[in-house]
Amino acid sequence: MKPEEAMRPDSQPAQDASGPGGAAPPGRRRTAGRGPIRRLFHSLSERTIVSLIYLCGISAIVFVFSIFYFIFREGAPFLRDGFDFQKFFFSINWMPTSEVERSYGILALIFGTGAVTLLAMVVAVPFGLGTAVFIAEFCGRRTREALKILIELLAAIPSVAWGFIGMVVMGPLIVRVTGADVGANALNAGIIVGLMSVPIIVSIAEDAIRAVPDDYRAAAEALGATRWQVVYKVIFPAAKSGLLAAVLLGVGRAVGETMAVLMATGNAVNIPADGRFPFFHALDSVSTLTATIASELGEAPRIGALPDGSYPPAAHHYQSLFVIGIALFVITFAVNLTADLVVKGIRKQR
Amino acid sequence: MTTSTASSAEPRPGLAAAASADRGILTRDFSLWYGGFQALIGVSASIRPGRITALIGPSGCGKTTLLRSFNRMNERFPGVRTSGQITIMGQNILAPEVSLIELRKSVGMVFQRPNPLPLSIYDNVVFGLRLHGGAGSLCRAEEKLAVEKALREVFLWDAVKDRLGARATELQLEQQQKLCIARLLPLRPEVLLMDEPCSALDAEATAAVEELLDGMRRRYTIVIVTHNMAQARRVSDDCIYMLSGRLVEHGPTAELFINPRDRRTEEYIEGRYG
Ligand SMILES: Nc1ncnc2c1ncn2[C@@H]1O[C@H](COP(=O)(O)OP(=O)(O)OP(=O)(O)O)[C@@H](O)[C@H]1O
Ligand SMILES: [Mg+2]
Repeated sequence: MKPEEAMRPDSQPAQDASGPGGAAPPGRRRTAGRGPIRRLFHSLSERTIVSLIYLCGISAIVFVFSIFYFIFREGAPFLRDGFDFQKFFFSINWMPTSEVERSYGILALIFGTGAVTLLAMVVAVPFGLGTAVFIAEFCGRRTREALKILIELLAAIPSVAWGFIGMVVMGPLIVRVTGADVGANALNAGIIVGLMSVPIIVSIAEDAIRAVPDDYRAAAEALGATRWQVVYKVIFPAAKSGLLAAVLLGVGRAVGETMAVLMATGNAVNIPADGRFPFFHALDSVSTLTATIASELGEAPRIGALPDGSYPPAAHHYQSLFVIGIALFVITFAVNLTADLVVKGIRKQR
Repeated sequence: MTTSTASSAEPRPGLAAAASADRGILTRDFSLWYGGFQALIGVSASIRPGRITALIGPSGCGKTTLLRSFNRMNERFPGVRTSGQITIMGQNILAPEVSLIELRKSVGMVFQRPNPLPLSIYDNVVFGLRLHGGAGSLCRAEEKLAVEKALREVFLWDAVKDRLGARATELQLEQQQKLCIARLLPLRPEVLLMDEPCSALDAEATAAVEELLDGMRRRYTIVIVTHNMAQARRVSDDCIYMLSGRLVEHGPTAELFINPRDRRTEEYIEGRYG
């Protein structure tokens, strides 16, 4: 459709030029009187605009692919030089700079990301869904507008400010309340990232709840349901795909968060779980995939290939960080894609 | 407008006698405002128990509003005020101590557009029971019995008994509307309110629902809003004619249609406006 439109103005001047007083319909003859130059200019500028719009449209795709290409290119030598899949994903030893025993195992980082994300969702899901239910179902219009603006403000707080709050406010608070050794730990980052994920969960969940037809509410209320029963017996089941999508997008946000996590986790490579009760130690310092990349990339030297095409061991640190990037890319892509498909699923149902 | 609204709204002697058993619906000088707009003006009626009463009148005259007053569904809308009295089965339903939940259990409502919940057929029928039963008060077998009984009562059992787990929203409209009636029954309501229950249905489905209504006569007090004069004549025992928020005439359907007392009723049923 659009390519044709883009071409039409192009072919018009030629047609008119061949016979200005010929068989052209009256409407067209009138424009012909304005002069062919002007029309040529008009059609050119229109073509320019159309191509610009095309360019913007495909730029997103180009960006995604070039980013992926770049990350992959930087990480590829590491994958090629005797990459040990098992060791990379299942070893807990992340010692990329050790002179004695270099080791690249990201299991602890995966656990760190998992722990922070899990704790974040423990905070964000009840809080986010609760807020969404309140905004969509229980409050008046004024309160709703005010709350939505506040939530948007929450989303606008830069992540370094959140990290700052984690270090300066949340850390001491956690130490005081729990008696933990350090305030910078998985719990701290979990709470901070949880709060950061709340806005996206609220906005998607609220849309999903408001999309539930009022007929359903009326039906349940006429059967004597209380407002809370309406929420959990009718609205939650009816909006469950949308709510799931909201949570998944929150997860994506938490997995990808870097700066606040770097500041609040303590950034110590550590698995916050073991066989001792209570098995999961939220008060341990951890490090995440994202924070590791951010904190180490600056120090990891980018070393070129030797004449024979191989790389010295020291070059692997830099490259391995990009492999972590690939893993992260895959995780967030999978989460977002699932969320997308879930949302599409709702649309189709309606 | 020679006759005042109040006098023409006075029920006929026969009506009053039957209503004194006080099991029906009694409204006394009931008015309702949506914000500044008065939608019902001094409505007094005594709707007799165990009969089907049709609410007729031109669009916007307040039929739905009156119907929704009987289970207080108008309170869902902001800025609704009322004055006057409504008594259902001897209870003043507007009194502050009345439990909305109990009221809505005994006064069921069927909506204009079939609105089964987006759950299975089975879950729709037991929805009310589960709301009020508390956790696990009803064992599975009792629940199943209640479902079968309710679905049989609306002539839906044979059509759906093999797919009770199917989504209710995928049924045909007629079946959906029957299901909406069926889900009220396990709560043992006394009164059923129906707001144009057939307006979304075709002629055949309408006939099926009317047959169903006919079967429920006497067991329930049914109030049905309809735009369809023929339907009012076919299914109802009594008829209420409303105009601009006022009750104009209330009487046995046969009399009201053959020999209306109010000139405005006569004009309406002759199809001069509405
Ligand atoms: N929720 C509401 N808020 C404000 N005004 C309302 C509301 N519901 C109804 N009204 C108004 O009250 C009047 C009566 O409405 P109602 O729906 O009771 O009429 P009706 O007789 O059922 O009409 P119809 O035959 O079209 O269904 C109308 O003027 C309508 O605009
Ligand atoms: Mg109506």
